[in-house]
Order: sequence, then structure tokens, then C-alpha cells
Amino acid sequence: MRVWKYGDNINTDMLFPGKYTYTCATPEEIKPHLLEDLDPSFAGNVKNGDIIFAGKNFGCGSSREQPVLGLKSVGIQAVIAESFARIFYRAGINQGLVLIECPDAVKTYSEGDKIQVDAKKGAIVVAGKLFSFPILPNEILAIRDAGGLLAYTRLKLKKTKKVLNPKQHTITR
Amino acid sequence: MGKTFAEKILSKKSGVKDVASAGKTFAEKLLAKKAGLSHVVPGQIVTVKPDHLLTHDNTSAIIGKIQDELNEYGVVDPNLPVIVLDHVIPAANEKIASNHKKIREFVKKYKIKNFFDAGTGICHQVVLEKGFAVPGSLIVGSDSHTCSYGAVNSFSTGIDRTEAASILLTGETWLKVPETIRITLKGKLKKFVSAKDVILHIIGDISSSGANYCSIEFHGDIGQFSVSDRFTIANMGVEAGAKNTVFQVDDVTVGYLKKIGVKDYNPVWADPDASYLKELTYDISKISPVVACPHNVDNVKPVSELAGTEINQCLIGTCTNGRENDFRIAAEILKGKKVSPDIRLLILPASKTVFENCLKDGTIEILSNAGAIILPSGCGPCLGAHQGVLAPGERCLSTANRNFKGRMGCKESEIYLASPATVAASAIHGKITDPREVRK
Ligand code: SF4
Repeated sequence: MRVWKYGDNINTDMLFPGKYTYTCATPEEIKPHLLEDLDPSFAGNVKNGDIIFAGKNFGCGSSREQPVLGLKSVGIQAVIAESFARIFYRAGINQGLVLIECPDAVKTYSEGDKIQVDAKKGAIVVAGKLFSFPILPNEILAIRDAGGLLAYTRLKLKKTKKVLNPKQHTITR
Repeated sequence: MGKTFAEKILSKKSGVKDVASAGKTFAEKLLAKKAGLSHVVPGQIVTVKPDHLLTHDNTSAIIGKIQDELNEYGVVDPNLPVIVLDHVIPAANEKIASNHKKIREFVKKYKIKNFFDAGTGICHQVVLEKGFAVPGSLIVGSDSHTCSYGAVNSFSTGIDRTEAASILLTGETWLKVPETIRITLKGKLKKFVSAKDVILHIIGDISSSGANYCSIEFHGDIGQFSVSDRFTIANMGVEAGAKNTVFQVDDVTVGYLKKIGVKDYNPVWADPDASYLKELTYDISKISPVVACPHNVDNVKPVSELAGTEINQCLIGTCTNGRENDFRIAAEILKGKKVSPDIRLLILPASKTVFENCLKDGTIEILSNAGAIILPSGCGPCLGAHQGVLAPGERCLSTANRNFKGRMGCKESEIYLASPATVAASAIHGKITDPREVRK
């Protein structure tokens, strides 16, 4: 697992350049351009389970969904920042990407430190030091666990439909 | 749920012992009400059923995400969506025409009640005029300027397309209870200084992320502002990063709602002892006309510093400043004068109703005689899709809300933002001009 560290005000153009907004939509199309203008080494080296540390106002700017879709699809375990821009934060939850606001953990981290994240327990361990952050309510965790908002909505609709229309197939989860 | 955060907040504020009985902000009260809870605290996440969901030309992309689910389950409530075709109207090309067609078919198939086709107006103005935004309501929209309806005491905020798709199917979503910034406006504005100058001044002061994730409440001498002025201010809350921006209901609001035939509503307002993240006060009698310079909305300077800057195009209108009072002040300045031959002056009324009112009272005639081009009620030049796109090296002075690079369709052009009075005065001279110089 590798940790990628960036500064304040990382905007959506740095995360995914605007010029590709209307030509790239699938994870495969998005991946080569992820963080292109911020860190050209990212796209080629990022691995499943990696973590991003960032400063204030991560994800500010346009409301495009590609940065979030891209980070999710390459398997980023969590983005831990001092703060997030609000539309990005919502999009993170809606796409099932783990975003954690924990300024103390960000400030403590220095290169090479060992990191452990338990998003469900609201805990981060940085170089042996424990930091806690508020756990999201079950409804939000359920959105993440389902793989994002539309997947979650589909599960919810199937449950409701079971009651409304018994003829339809049921779900097991 | 959110306890750690809540405790942290409360421990900061001496004298506050009990969460339930502590004074609440507008956002805390409204979101508690909509979530069916006795009280909520900042940082808490609540599940809410919005009163309306706004979508526009992007409706076709939104329904494209959930085609199968729509076929199977349909739209949760045909009264929930408010769909307004406004962004690229009349359609600029075949692709956009096809999108519009797809939306019209969707509206018919699912018997959507609140659909407004091309020409009715800009979505946010339509939501206001048609009475969807009422005091104490909760409205979400897949457009960042949905925050405008705080002008009439609605809690309104922007969401993404995925979320709009989900709400179409389920009727509900989640919101994080924001912290609140209280802004008090003191004093009376001087002639030719307007609500636009006030909000630009504030954004210049607190920066474009100065209200990130926060609710902004406006207090103080707000009686001098019409609903239209309040709309201008609330509209630009998102340019400071705010989640929503809101005003109290007063005689001005009640008068406006009566005029458009809205009767049933339950206003919500902050307690006098509510706790705020920040409290700011501005003496607005001291504010002078200002201009936001390229390429950020918080790059704000007094108009006097920019006087003489040559411009190629002027735009008066958009959801920010496209209402009757905006065009009347422009007409007052342009009456009997001519727009500089080096300038295109575009007039973009926020709705057909605004256009008709300005037609009846002679405002449109004055503007037209001065040499203005009157555009259909929509977004047109504001987002650079069509109608009034700029060329490389050109400069536009506009009453819109964003001056980002490329916003008006060309990366090598520049956009300056100002009030209708400043834009009208500048159109006469072909240069950025202080409106106080033209008519004293
Ligand atoms: S007028 Fe401009 S800011 Fe307003 S809704 Fe249209 S594109 Fe957006």
C-alpha cells in the first residue's frame, strides 16, 4: 500500500483535466488522465488499496464526476484530507469512495509512516498514533457498501418492490 | 451519530449545555423539521424528502443513467420534479435538439406535472416565479445556483446528476447539517450601488472558498432589498462555496408571494441565541460599485480602478441579474443614449414574464432604441454554449455570476462581472465606466 500526499486546494481540473470531460466517461477512459496535471506519476503507479492524504478544500471547482469515478475505480482505499469541497464530498459518497476529514492525521503524517484506516470504526493510525473521526450514519455507510448511490437505490427499490409487487423476484442482501 | 463532532462544537461555546434547548440556526431548524427530528447539530447527516427536485437540459443525461429502473419503477412522484429547458434554447444543434426531444418524451410518458419548455425562462427564475420556492421549503437541484431560493426563505442547494437520478426514483436523499455564517448588512446603499456590488464585495472579502460547506444567513437592514435583489445575493452564495444562502421572511417577501399567488407556507428563522461559526458585519453605505476581474469571482476591485478598460461585449441578464429592476436601472442609464458602435450589448431576460413586464412599461423599447440585442429568456451566452460566444482576445463585461476561464466559450477571452448599472454605463462608452459618472 502506498500513500500519495498532496497540498491545499486541489481542484477538479488537477484531478481530471476539463478538456477530457466530454470524451472520457468509463473507468478505462478516465484512468490514464487521473491527476494528470497534478502528479504525472500517479496514473501509472497507483495500486488497489493506496491512500491519498491532502490539505484543505480537496476537490474544489467543477462538479464533474470523473475524478471521483476514477479514484474509486483504481481502488483508492481512502482520501484523507483536512477538508473537502462540498459537491466533491457528496459525489464521493454517492460513488462509494471513502473520504475522511481528519486534519490532525494529515498534519501528523510524514513520508514512510505506517498507516491503518478503519473507516467503519472511525479510526486512523499514523505511525502508531491513533486519530478518530466521526463515523458516518448507517444510511451513508450502506450507500458506500452497496458500491455507490445508484447501486444502493437499486437495492432499496427492489426491497420496496417486493412488498408492492410480490410477483417480482426478491433479493438476498 | 455525529456525536464527537457535536460535542466538540458545543464544548467550544460556553454557556451551551443542552443540545436540544440551545438556540438554533435556520439550517439546523429547517433540516430538523424536514428530517422529522426534534433537533440536529452541525455535522450530523439526515435523510430528507425534498419538496422539489430541479433539473434542466441535463435531465436527458440524468434519465440516461436510470433507464432500466425508470422502465421498472417509474418516477416516484410526478409532482416532485421541476424541469425547465433553458440552458441551450432554442436548440443550437441537432444533438441538443435531440436531448430536448428526449426530455419532452420523458415528461409525457411519466406525466411530469411541472415542465416548462424552452422560452419560459431560466430554471431558477421559473422556480421562483411559479411559486415552487416558498418559505420553509427544501429544494435540491442539479445546478449549482439552486442556492438562489434562500431569497424567499427556502433551503435550496445544488447536487450532482447521479443524486438527481436517485431522487427521481426514491424521492429522498441525505444532507449534512452545515455550520452557519451570520452576515449582518448595516446602513443604506447609495444610488447606483446595488445588491450585486454587495455580494461581489463580500466574496472579494471572504474569498471563493470563504463559506465552504456553510449555510449563510443574512441579517440586518435587509428591508431595502427587493426579492429580486435578495435573489442576486443568494444566487452567488455558491461562488463563496456556500451550501445555501438565506433571508428572513419580512413584509417584502410576503408582498412578493402575495403578488404571485402563493399563500401556504411556514417560514423558518434562526433563534436570537443561535451559535455561528463566524459573524461578519458590513457597513453597506460605504460600498461603491465593484468589478470582479478575470478569472476568479473573488478578484474584486473598485470600478474606479478599472475605469477605461476597453470591452467588446456587454451582457445584462442571466439568473443573477435578469429581472425587471435590473433592466429598469439599465434603461434609466441608457435612455436617449446609444451603445458604443464598438460594443454588442446583449439583453437576456430571466423569464418571459420579466420580458413581458419590461415590454409593457417601455423598458425594452428604451434598451432596443439604444442599440441592444434582445435575446430569448434562457442561459445563452452565460455558459458559452451559443448566442454571444466570445473570440480570442475579447473582453466581456457581464452581470452573470462566473468569470472562470472559458466560461463564455473561449479560453483566450476575459470576463468581468459587475452590476446592471455598471454594465449599462460601460456599454455607452465601450469602456468600463463608473455608473455614478453617467447619471448623477
Ligand atoms: S443563467 Fe448562467 S448561471 Fe444562471 S442557470 Fe443559466 S447558465 Fe447557470
